[in-house]
Amino acid sequence: MGRFLIQRFLATIPVVLGVTIAVFAMLHLVPGDPVQMMLGEFQTSPEQIEKLKAQLYLDEPLPQQYGRYLTNALQGDLGYSIRSKRPVMDEIKDNLPSTLVLTLSGLGVAIVIGMSLGIVAAVKQNTWADLSAMIIAMLGVSMPSFWLGLLLIFAFSLKLEWFPATGGGDFRHLILPAVTLGLGASAIIARLTRSTMLEVLRQEYIVTARAKGLRGSVVILRHALRNAMIPTVTILGLQFGQLLAGTVVIETVFGRPGIGRLIVSAILEKDFPLVQGIVLFIAISYVLINLLVDVLYAVLDPRIRLG
Amino acid sequence: MTMAQAGTVPASRSHDLTGVPAKRPNLFVRLSKSKVAVAGFVVLVILAVMALAAPVISPAEPNAVAPREALRPPSSSNLFGTDQYGRDVFSRVVYGTRISLLVGFISVSIAVVIGTVLGLIAGYYGRWTDTIIMRFVDVMLAFPGILLALALVSILGPSLPNLMIAVGISSVPSYARLVRGSVLSAKENVYVEAARVVGATDGVIMRRHVLPNVVAPVIVLATLGIASAILWAASLSFLGLGSQPPTPEWGRMLSEGRNYLREQWWIATFPGLAIMVTVLAMNLLGDGLRDTLDPRQQIRT
Repeated sequence: MGRFLIQRFLATIPVVLGVTIAVFAMLHLVPGDPVQMMLGEFQTSPEQIEKLKAQLYLDEPLPQQYGRYLTNALQGDLGYSIRSKRPVMDEIKDNLPSTLVLTLSGLGVAIVIGMSLGIVAAVKQNTWADLSAMIIAMLGVSMPSFWLGLLLIFAFSLKLEWFPATGGGDFRHLILPAVTLGLGASAIIARLTRSTMLEVLRQEYIVTARAKGLRGSVVILRHALRNAMIPTVTILGLQFGQLLAGTVVIETVFGRPGIGRLIVSAILEKDFPLVQGIVLFIAISYVLINLLVDVLYAVLDPRIRLG
Repeated sequence: MTMAQAGTVPASRSHDLTGVPAKRPNLFVRLSKSKVAVAGFVVLVILAVMALAAPVISPAEPNAVAPREALRPPSSSNLFGTDQYGRDVFSRVVYGTRISLLVGFISVSIAVVIGTVLGLIAGYYGRWTDTIIMRFVDVMLAFPGILLALALVSILGPSLPNLMIAVGISSVPSYARLVRGSVLSAKENVYVEAARVVGATDGVIMRRHVLPNVVAPVIVLATLGIASAILWAASLSFLGLGSQPPTPEWGRMLSEGRNYLREQWWIATFPGLAIMVTVLAMNLLGDGLRDTLDPRQQIRT
């Protein structure tokens, strides 16, 4: 157990370092002069350019710049936003709760809908229920989330007036974005649940449970589902990352505050330190969440921690 | 290309060596048994014809502005209505087919070429070459979903060519991993060893004996990859980070139409429908291909 954890943890370090190098390099990969690019349409004097260069430490040699970037980032200092002049970390902190709530609700929607569709499809294999569940799943992966969002706004906000169309705030503002975000991911979970469920249902312990005379629903929910859930649990970390990145589109569609919308406006306004900070924050969170999922998984499943 | 290469190998052995010539004749036959794959294929052919014949099909210039005809509902003269500038939505959707298919194909080509080369080198040479390449791929995979494409667009600046590069590069990791995996098992084959014994160079072995093994899985992934590339590109354009106005790009059209959602629903609805139909067709074909070309099924045949 200890050895697995240490190995898994050590494997994370080069990835984290690589991510910081990649994000640090972003500014230097900009074609032309990055400072000129950031100031863009603004009237600038040479002094202003020099000031911004010094502020971003662009006059130092590269290794020194990176060293400074890394030490600062480790202390939670991601520099200052060029537009708002506030620390990037403060911008992220202000916008993160709304995004986290959306991501987790989306994940909840994805799991509930995805697993239900998958179970129904597997239990009623090769019937119209199976077919329709899989058609829904196929539509789910092929539907652009921003279009689905607009359709939901059209139906539930503009026509039925059940939910507000845009904005952040209370629970009612959360429903439509969470459903939009979760439906796409639910398609993947549905297909995965269906195939593992089909495999599990062929196992001998299921036959035994049925032979004992247990009711169908008990067999499915108590004996089959638990085992069929394993693959879904393993991809939770990946799904979380996908959904977190998906909030970029969803928050824009629903005009909801959050880091997704923040990064889009930062890119459009060429606020590079803010873009870098958010990219770094999301990537590192994603890596750490996957580490956490793997560790939890090892704790729960002895085959992995002992193997 | 594979056919020609395989042709240089003695015919009696070519079947065992690559499996490609033996499968070719009945691939379409087998694929045609899958109704959904056929449906996907037919829709894609129609879309390709639409893209090629766009000037013939569309009744109007896609960017022709006519303020007096703005916001007209769908009718016989404007099949999908007109937008806020009086442009014919139907013509713009038809021209948009060109852009979306192009973006899909080009970005996936970028990903396939870079990913295959990286995976081939990593899998074939192993050791530290493999370690370095795969660490690099791991770092790319640390940026979930659309985030890597978003970061690349922010570096390169928003435009259609940059969009293709960004979407292409961010899909490289999946191809690199897939190819590396296939290469690792392919290079254990006796014929690879035999080729080395008779003095074939690494380049020849990789091209002629290892590469054919990765063609089938790469085709499957690329078909599904085009679907997601079209989705990503449309998403980025929707956010204003892809194609710039007045390009008739579906994602962009949707974002322009969203302010008119309440009364002029047609402006945003038809481009959205177009994206979904295209992506769905590509996914159906990709699924069918996967079932037909599945490596496990190949062993059985």
